[in-house]
Amino acid sequence: MNKNKEKLLNSRYRAEKRFQFYGKSAIFLALLFLTIFIFKIFSTGYTAFQKTWLVIPVTFDAETLYLDENPSIEDIEDADYFDIALKSMFDLDKNASEKQQNDLKKMVSYFFEREIKKELLNDPSLIGKTKDVYLTASDDLDQVFKGNYPRDLPENQRRVTDFQLKIFDQLVEQGRVESKFNLSFFTYPDSREAELAGIASSFMGSIFSILVCLVIAFPVAVLAAIYLEEFAPKNKFTDFIEVNINNLAAVPSIVFGLLGLGILLAVFQLPRSTPLVGGITLSLMTLPTIIIACRASLKAVPPSIREAALAMGASRMQTTMHHTVPLSMPGTLSGTIIGLAQALGETAPLILIGMVAFVNTIPGSPLDPAASLPVQIYIWAESAERGFVEKVSACIMVLLGFLILMNLFAQIIRHKFEKKWS
Amino acid sequence: MIKINSKNVDVFYGKKQALFNINLDIEENQVTALIGPSGCGKSTFLRCLNRMNDVIDICKVQGQIIINNFDINDKSCDVVRLREKIGMVFQKPNPFPKTIYENVSYGPTIHGMAQSKSEMDEIVETSLKKAALWEEIKDRLHEPGTGLSGGQQQRLCIARAISVKPEVILMDEPCSALDPIATAQIEELIDELKKDHTIIIVTHSMAQAARVSQNTGFFHLGELIEHGSTDKIFKNPENKRTQDYITGRFG
Repeated sequence: MNKNKEKLLNSRYRAEKRFQFYGKSAIFLALLFLTIFIFKIFSTGYTAFQKTWLVIPVTFDAETLYLDENPSIEDIEDADYFDIALKSMFDLDKNASEKQQNDLKKMVSYFFEREIKKELLNDPSLIGKTKDVYLTASDDLDQVFKGNYPRDLPENQRRVTDFQLKIFDQLVEQGRVESKFNLSFFTYPDSREAELAGIASSFMGSIFSILVCLVIAFPVAVLAAIYLEEFAPKNKFTDFIEVNINNLAAVPSIVFGLLGLGILLAVFQLPRSTPLVGGITLSLMTLPTIIIACRASLKAVPPSIREAALAMGASRMQTTMHHTVPLSMPGTLSGTIIGLAQALGETAPLILIGMVAFVNTIPGSPLDPAASLPVQIYIWAESAERGFVEKVSACIMVLLGFLILMNLFAQIIRHKFEKKWS
Repeated sequence: MIKINSKNVDVFYGKKQALFNINLDIEENQVTALIGPSGCGKSTFLRCLNRMNDVIDICKVQGQIIINNFDINDKSCDVVRLREKIGMVFQKPNPFPKTIYENVSYGPTIHGMAQSKSEMDEIVETSLKKAALWEEIKDRLHEPGTGLSGGQQQRLCIARAISVKPEVILMDEPCSALDPIATAQIEELIDELKKDHTIIIVTHSMAQAARVSQNTGFFHLGELIEHGSTDKIFKNPENKRTQDYITGRFG
């Protein structure tokens, strides 16, 4: 009898130990995957925050600029910089053939004209003088400088020619290649050229979409939840509504995209590819999430608080607004943030309503065409150029950073509320 | 004098009848105790008196409950006004998760009883004094009410209930979650409060009923078996079931 008991006890201890082991391994596995994921993204992405510049001597020759003597600022503004820009590049190898000259031109971005113009506009006294100007290196040379480019491939299998590499190595030796913080990644809109592509348009697109989504989804969802939880009679009809809200939360997001396409764009003729339509579509998706979170946190408010308020002679409305809703706010807010974070990472519905279009302007309002961060990741991941690989990871980093910030914000709000109420 | 007069009160939860034909008169400025085993309907009857049963969808109340010559089950009765007149203290202390001051000032605020901050301060102070809590917490009025001990929380709830100067205070087992010392304090308080208020208390403790009340009603299976002065019920009950219950033979 006693022996049996001991056996039973031992097997119980073993079972607990086994269970703890399973739990620990599960956590270890999850952390391992997370670490690999983050490491992979950081190791591919961190180089995108650096940008390679070629420091090229430019002679601001009035004749090549087709400028008269003592030109006004307007003249400088209107001057033709193409020839002077080309000449600066061609001067890197004066014996270059026509094909090689073309290679020389392709060593910098097509913004090189603009970059030279900006230099002169900043300092018009440069006319007739020579100055080292920072020109954005082409994306391939950028990758070469960062060590991401397979230089040992046969020449016909890579986009960088041997001649370009030769000149580039010379420039590196002369200290004419510099790496600086890539501000344009944050300030430039999308571009077909990897060296000029930035996240400004998609970042603003995401912000506007999320704002539209928040402005629509939050009040509607909270009002619906409060009504359903505190005021609506409990009958078959409200049960039916509840079941449908739960179903809505499980509907694949692409279906909402179809809804946006079919109704917002086709019937209401709202402008395509805009954060307004994107935000409305996302708000449909976020609505059930917020409703469910808000109802759950309303339910979690102890009934004794409601009874206390009612017994004091508070009306149902006062009971709800003075006591139940404020107490449920932390839960509602964190549910909202979770819903918005979901919406922020949503790609499929936005592709359907046209936010996948190539947008090379920065949207100034929700009515301007825009992309969004996850769609930007999708677009770049599809691009063939090597320069986009690091941009994809960098964009993911920005998106993750954004999400972490949002969660932090939610935590702070929660903390503040809870401090106040307990 | 009779404060509350209930006639033929029936209560149904859906199809199940919880109270059968209750006729009970409550004396003004006295303490009436309602006793009986669990589930006998005494709390249900208490909740009829301030229409708290309205909250429960399936609950239906029939019959007349007349307070100040007015039937509170009448359609013209305004629940908000009724509950201003009839306060309630619950089984578990349930202060609002707000400051002590806000807890007491809530009722007067929603009923517009104070014109100024100083008037409100006075109401809060008097209520807390009447609830015998003032001395203990006067220095921390703006700390959360949920941080008090159980007995203090219950006295805070009593202060909150009397802040709107109700004529009647309903108490639903107010001491069942408290220790004997806190219970003694509340009982003392009840004795004090009956000068200004009519008190109806539901209790499981026969000793408590005997200590605090002047009248007692005994409920069993949804019926009011017997009621009368506490002395008589405890010393010389007419009904056998009452006798069995108070001598501890069932329940």
